Amino acid sequence: MKPLSLIQSICAIVALLVSAASIAQTKLEVDIVYLGRQTQTLKPLSLLDTEVENNGISGSMLGLNDTQTTGSFLNHIYRMEQVIVEPTADLVSTYRNLVAAGKKLFIADLDAADIESIAALDQDVLIFSIRAKDDILRNQKCHPDVFHLPPSRSMLADAVVQYLVWKRWNKVVLVTGRHAGDRAYATALKRAAGRFGLKIVQEKNWTAVPGARRTDSGHHSLQQEIPVFTQFKDHDVLLVADEQDEFGEYLSYRTTRARPVAGTQGLQPTSWHRTQEQWGATQIQRRFAKLANRWMTELDYSAWAAVRSFGEAVTNTGSNEPEVLREYLLSKRFKLAGFKGAPLTFRNWNGQLRQPILVVGPRMLVTVSPQAGFLHQHSELDTLGFDKPESSCQGF
Amino acid sequence: MNRIWIVMLCAMAGNIQPAYAYTIYVSNEKDNTISVIDGDSLEVTDTIEVGERPRGIVLSNDGKYLYICASDDDHIEVLDLQSKQVIYNLPSGPDPELMSLSADGSLLFVANEDDNMVTVIDTVQRSKLVEIPVGIEPEGIGLSPDGKWLVSTSETTNMAHFIDTASLKIIDNVLVDARPRVAQYTPDGKEVWVSSEIGGTVSIIDAASREIKHKIEFAVAGLRPESIQPVGIKIAADGSNKAYIALGPSARVAVVDTTSYAVEKYLLVGPRVWNLEFSPDQKRLFTTNGVGGDVSVIDLQKQKVLKSIKVGRLPWGIAVNP
Repeated sequence: MKPLSLIQSICAIVALLVSAASIAQTKLEVDIVYLGRQTQTLKPLSLLDTEVENNGISGSMLGLNDTQTTGSFLNHIYRMEQVIVEPTADLVSTYRNLVAAGKKLFIADLDAADIESIAALDQDVLIFSIRAKDDILRNQKCHPDVFHLPPSRSMLADAVVQYLVWKRWNKVVLVTGRHAGDRAYATALKRAAGRFGLKIVQEKNWTAVPGARRTDSGHHSLQQEIPVFTQFKDHDVLLVADEQDEFGEYLSYRTTRARPVAGTQGLQPTSWHRTQEQWGATQIQRRFAKLANRWMTELDYSAWAAVRSFGEAVTNTGSNEPEVLREYLLSKRFKLAGFKGAPLTFRNWNGQLRQPILVVGPRMLVTVSPQAGFLHQHSELDTLGFDKPESSCQGF
Repeated sequence: MNRIWIVMLCAMAGNIQPAYAYTIYVSNEKDNTISVIDGDSLEVTDTIEVGERPRGIVLSNDGKYLYICASDDDHIEVLDLQSKQVIYNLPSGPDPELMSLSADGSLLFVANEDDNMVTVIDTVQRSKLVEIPVGIEPEGIGLSPDGKWLVSTSETTNMAHFIDTASLKIIDNVLVDARPRVAQYTPDGKEVWVSSEIGGTVSIIDAASREIKHKIEFAVAGLRPESIQPVGIKIAADGSNKAYIALGPSARVAVVDTTSYAVEKYLLVGPRVWNLEFSPDQKRLFTTNGVGGDVSVIDLQKQKVLKSIKVGRLPWGIAVNP
């Protein structure tokens, strides 16, 4: 044989395509809509973090590329359309038009209120929610059409609290920010503390409205303010609930006592992080960076997992009908390879993606929950968040 | 008379080394080393520094060289086992992970995990012959016993690609369960066994029709199903009708009957068991236990784990030199 030639490479590519066609089943077209609402992107508090462009959308694009390779061997053609409405636009009518145009598979990059409003129309659809972490959407307000890709706040809180319990850092204090999301996060932390035996010795709210994020000589005032604010009873860890990154980053190294910070800043529970390269994740991190020229966020990961889940269901059922896909997704046959060590599956009582949670420091993965010793009769992953007997979701 | 003495001396010299002395090589992914284990004493006799993130390893046919996928160095290193030096590198394309050597030793087939390619390397010319585009995250590489077929798996595409080694073209693709890892032909060449790490199954593909004829599932009492993640496969060629499958985080090796496909037994080895290799007489099986940091030695007649041998951090690939 002769050394590598371009022609041989081209032949090989053609061969791949030809052979793909030769095993072709019936052609199947799969239309996915990425439905979002424009939001104001927050300026991160740390200068090391940059504002993220196409957050979520890039993840879905990678998911589409990954899925299309299998699809091309099976003659399944995937298409994705992005529909991003204005901040104050009437989402419901947009959604109604899309459904009327025959769209059935949605990736919803929307907050809880928007998810509720479109789900309420009870259409023949599948909605994969990729942004909202609200527990209420998975409990009282669950809906049979809506699957939840990101972990709920309670899953995140359980993940970090399990680790603190494993470390026997049993006494904590809690600082909660001024937004509803912060309060929901704090509620999840309190629930986790109660479940796993962590003692919250003191709580405080951070009510200050943030000023300019980037000021000259800002550290002088913080060095004075934070020690005053953090005069707590003795504790092992300071928990913080600040989802919008308004103040949590200021706490580390400035607290009265030398204590680590955990929660939305410091040691963070998250579905995805750049420092995760175990279980073959090196490849998806590199593929993503090549595609988007930035790191993959939690939202990108949920969007990727959403498209991959649709793809797995289509590949294995040969259908693009919501009802058929839904049944497959909730069956034991569905196992998504999500680069987190365990197969990802959906909880059949509320459509939540069952998944390990990464617990990360600012520059390194620290651990992955569930922690050893937190047992469960079916799946240890169900020690995270609302388990079946605890869930108030009816009629999923 | 002199001649007899010489014969006797030779016989004595021969006796100093046991007749079946063999050597086991293990790549330590985290330490960037190869552990050398003596097959008789089952002790580590040497540790050789090699390139970054050594994973798949394969011996040359004459047993003089070890080909090492240095994944993070993006090449294959050729280790001279006599001098214990890496003597040259082969161009493999990015992130080589697993490979197979053709029967005549002239071609290396390498899966490039990061590049969606199978690279074919001419080991004589030391050059890249061709790159075959496959699915996303190529991983397993299995050659048929007659050398005519190469099966490559793609972890994210969830397929086993059947490549004709004469034309180096993909002829067929078989959909398997999630995250296929290792592809292994049966010694008679009639079946290809493909492990699916996340799917938790081993698909048995009929090599002629390229249809899945059976899927092996696993269950270990008291272990969560998520921890059972099939990776390495070894199928015995000694007429025992047994295959051995490494089950990853569950720390078990499954013993499977190759005629009924029934799982007969689970042997406890070490956590994140990756790859397996037989001793030359097929009486023993060696396993690399990634998280355990050791190699388990299984006595295949007794079906028992004899011992574990501490090696470097994150042992991954394994090869046995007769």
